[in-house]
Amino acid sequence: MPGPTRGFLGRRRDRDPRLPPGQYDVGTDWPVLTAEPTPRIAPETWSITVDGEVESPTTWDWDQAHALPRSEYRGDIHCVTTWSKFGTWFAGVSVDSLLAAARPTADARFVMATSKTGYTTNLPLEHVTGGQAWVVWEYDGKPLPIEHGGPVRLLVPHLYFWKSAKWVTRLTLLQRDQPGFWEQNGYHDLGDPWRQQRYQGD
Amino acid sequence: MTKAPAGGWTTATVSGVRRPIQRSVQLRLDVHDRIDHLPGQHYVVRLTAEDGYTAQRSYSVASAPGDPLVELFVERLDDGEVSTYLADVVEPGDELEVRGPIGGWFVWDGGTPALLVAGGSGVVPFVSMLRHARATGQEDLLRIAVSSRTLAGLPYADELADAGALIALTREQHGIRPAGRLAAHELVPLWEPGQTAYVCGSASFAEAATQLLETAGVPASSIRVERFGPSGSPA
Repeated sequence: MPGPTRGFLGRRRDRDPRLPPGQYDVGTDWPVLTAEPTPRIAPETWSITVDGEVESPTTWDWDQAHALPRSEYRGDIHCVTTWSKFGTWFAGVSVDSLLAAARPTADARFVMATSKTGYTTNLPLEHVTGGQAWVVWEYDGKPLPIEHGGPVRLLVPHLYFWKSAKWVTRLTLLQRDQPGFWEQNGYHDLGDPWRQQRYQGD
Repeated sequence: MTKAPAGGWTTATVSGVRRPIQRSVQLRLDVHDRIDHLPGQHYVVRLTAEDGYTAQRSYSVASAPGDPLVELFVERLDDGEVSTYLADVVEPGDELEVRGPIGGWFVWDGGTPALLVAGGSGVVPFVSMLRHARATGQEDLLRIAVSSRTLAGLPYADELADAGALIALTREQHGIRPAGRLAAHELVPLWEPGQTAYVCGSASFAEAATQLLETAGVPASSIRVERFGPSGSPA
């Protein structure tokens, strides 16, 4: 590590313990960061498929997904571009519910999430199980806004937010890890904000 | 697409500091052990306080790969922890910790036709593309449309105007063009099949501009978007 930057004081040090290193509190804002045009997806045409290394590849349409047990997340989210947002409230279905139906094989180790736009992101399976990940369609008690991934996005709030793929439509279980969209472009394969895993090699 | 170059953490010596427009700064950096970027990539700047506290932000590169220095354009945000330091405190001779180049999606390979649409300081990656095109005699590949409130507030306005960019000012008349937002019919003559369209600006600008491009007939699969926050609109 190099020495201090001349004349840099930084913000006050009574940092909120909810803030991972290098992050700041964005307050009530919710910045939008997307690499592609925002797709217009009618809920009637949306579906989510779990396939790949599973015993029983399964697809749920809008009504079928809503018939699964409702699950909520209340807590913080962290974007690699250094903003964090506290006290968010999302609702949808736990990824555990989807996996329980599709039944991952013993060889399944990783997940590739794919969006309607073709966007992809890779995650270790152990990071989307045990109540750590959701497929959500509600934010703050209202339908998830389209610019934030509506009608339905993935939510993996303990990892940097690019892992929470907007407009998610497929979860493919894999034996071996493969880099997704940002991961091919220099970003970290796991993306733990508490370890500042922003870029490959961090 | 070829794999874009990526660099690790290194130090850079500040070689030049310019403030051609208000509320912003252009930093010219001599990056040690530099890895050349592709136009459109960015750098991260990390500041460290005496007690080890750090803050980092990423900034688009305005310079061409062939430029011996890396030029970053930094818009000064009033509550910006890093941008206020870079705009108000940094002097030539200072050392900064940087990482780059970063990003492999919003890049131009220098050899394919591209339509560039920017709002405000979203022009910065396009200035890198333009400078690179000029250096390699490939200016014909680029079509540029930029939007700003005023000409005085548009970064690199002279360079963009010299390159024949369509300049849409929302608060001022510009030439024969009355004040007003960029319109789809203005983009139609710039679009040619085979182009990749690049959109860069605030979240609201990027959203509006991608819709304009789609209205103008550009397929969504040909559009690449770089948005920078904050969005300004509450969730």
